[in-house]
Amino acid sequence: MRTDFWKRFWKNKIAVVGSCVVAVLFIISILAPWIAPHDPNEINLARVLAAPSASHLCGTDQLGRDVLSRMIWGARISLKVGFVATGIAILIGAILGAVAGYYGRWIDVVIMRFVDIMLCFPTFFLILAVIALLEPSIWNIMIIIGLTGWMGVTRLVRADFTSLKERDFVRAARAIGAGDLRIIFIHILPNAMASVLVAATLGVAGAILTESALSFLGIGVQPPTPSWGNILTAGKDNIDIAWWLSLYPGLAILITVLGYNLLGEGIRDSLDPRLR
Amino acid sequence: MLQYIAKRLVFMVPLLFGITIVCFVVMHLAPGSPTDLETQMNPRASADYRERLNAMYDLDKPLYEQYLIWVGKLAVLDLGKSFSQDRRPVAQKILERLPITILINVLSMILILVLAIPIGVLSAVHQDSLFDKVAGVFVFIGFAIPTFWLALLLMILFGIDLDWLPISGIRSLNYEYLPPGMAFLDLIKHLILPVALSAFGGLAGLSRYMRSNMLEVIRQDYIMTARAKGLSERAVIYKHALRNALLPVITILGLSVPGLIGGSVIFETIFAIPGMGQLFYMSVMARDYPVVMGILFIGAVLTLLGNLIADVSYALADPRIRVS
Repeated sequence: MRTDFWKRFWKNKIAVVGSCVVAVLFIISILAPWIAPHDPNEINLARVLAAPSASHLCGTDQLGRDVLSRMIWGARISLKVGFVATGIAILIGAILGAVAGYYGRWIDVVIMRFVDIMLCFPTFFLILAVIALLEPSIWNIMIIIGLTGWMGVTRLVRADFTSLKERDFVRAARAIGAGDLRIIFIHILPNAMASVLVAATLGVAGAILTESALSFLGIGVQPPTPSWGNILTAGKDNIDIAWWLSLYPGLAILITVLGYNLLGEGIRDSLDPRLR
Repeated sequence: MLQYIAKRLVFMVPLLFGITIVCFVVMHLAPGSPTDLETQMNPRASADYRERLNAMYDLDKPLYEQYLIWVGKLAVLDLGKSFSQDRRPVAQKILERLPITILINVLSMILILVLAIPIGVLSAVHQDSLFDKVAGVFVFIGFAIPTFWLALLLMILFGIDLDWLPISGIRSLNYEYLPPGMAFLDLIKHLILPVALSAFGGLAGLSRYMRSNMLEVIRQDYIMTARAKGLSERAVIYKHALRNALLPVITILGLSVPGLIGGSVIFETIFAIPGMGQLFYMSVMARDYPVVMGILFIGAVLTLLGNLIADVSYALADPRIRVS
């Protein structure tokens, strides 16, 4: 089963392209201090809004900072937000989904109704409302994106649990005296991880998009910390004179999100070719 | 049918109740009381400000009582008064901005339907053709592109370089002096970019969904029957297959309401459109608490209504739903 997965995965063009993009992004984020040509926060008022040139490949911003360097450091931020936010969402979603699917009855009804209620709120509204209360900081952003993104995972895990709990291996485990917690986490959850993995990969993409939109609106990652979203804010403010501030960070977001989406699709196809 | 609608309405009651609870909890989520937070965050918050907050939330009363008072006011659409200079009722502020937001969302939904259905159907009918592949790439990009970035690029292209379309507001400065026909044209010109952009994200999703639906339907036995009895390919696809593939689209449209409404914050902020989204953004920035909570609540209720309309239309279109 597992070797089959990898065989299919490496044969799948979408999956390979996606994993390459994600790998490159990881390398860039890790090596940011060494590969960034300039200090991302070095202000140079003599070179304000300079067009792309040999010394500043992506130009400079309104404070004369090197845009390419800020984008490289921004990759770190988006990666961090993507993973932490998705981690939170997966954790909540997996636990609630497992409990709902495994125990069924009233607890299932309560949890799933709660999911329905949460899905009524436009996610972006919910995030903004909470941000209005808290100070916008990278940690708050991650937590809020995570807290508003677990509903889909809950539904997936619940569906897996309701069908898996009737299977023979679960009955066997119960027969030899395994407790509920053991059955949920050791026996059933690993079998439900496939759909969670796909949801998580796509979730990282979604979280990165949300973070960039929030930072663009000025309520996400706060300057001077560089993020793709807040470089785009400067792009909007200088829209008629500095196209490079708008073009490059957006391309970075597009490529990143595309990479994670392709990877997620690739994993899905390789896990179960019938689902295509 | 009436019975079905009544059933859906009853089903909505617990959801509505839940929505009020979530709104209330979000409101009280802040560490300490909202008053503490406001005063810590904002050194300019005066004693008067604190008093108004206290009065608004009845913070001296026990929590359940606060909730009941709040819901009681909600029931008559009393969302409190804005904290901003004008101190107007929140409901009034929202209602005057709601029409333009709904107009843009409805227009973009129509645009999504008009484009996504043919794209999806053609991709499915000509599976693996060049068209299908191009549409596939477009869908992937559509999912990944940050729409606010696309908005910036289109603003640069159409608004600045080509100077074809206005990039801000919904009316030109000389709007009042234009003859009615020109004024209407002016409004349309202002709406083209926002509507096209807010449709863009949904377009990718729906066309892909339409494609997989259509592929599924084409494999069904009744399609084979239709072919076997000698109907033209045209009749098979557009009469027999399309109708069945279209059904689930109604549900998807209902589900896309929260995304569209949520997206209005971004579009209205970028294009300076005086709608509910822009009001929301400005209220968040100004920490105008009552307005934020009011819009959060209205947003959820609009979603609920969208789902209700979708459910009812589905039942109208598919009699099987009504019975079960």
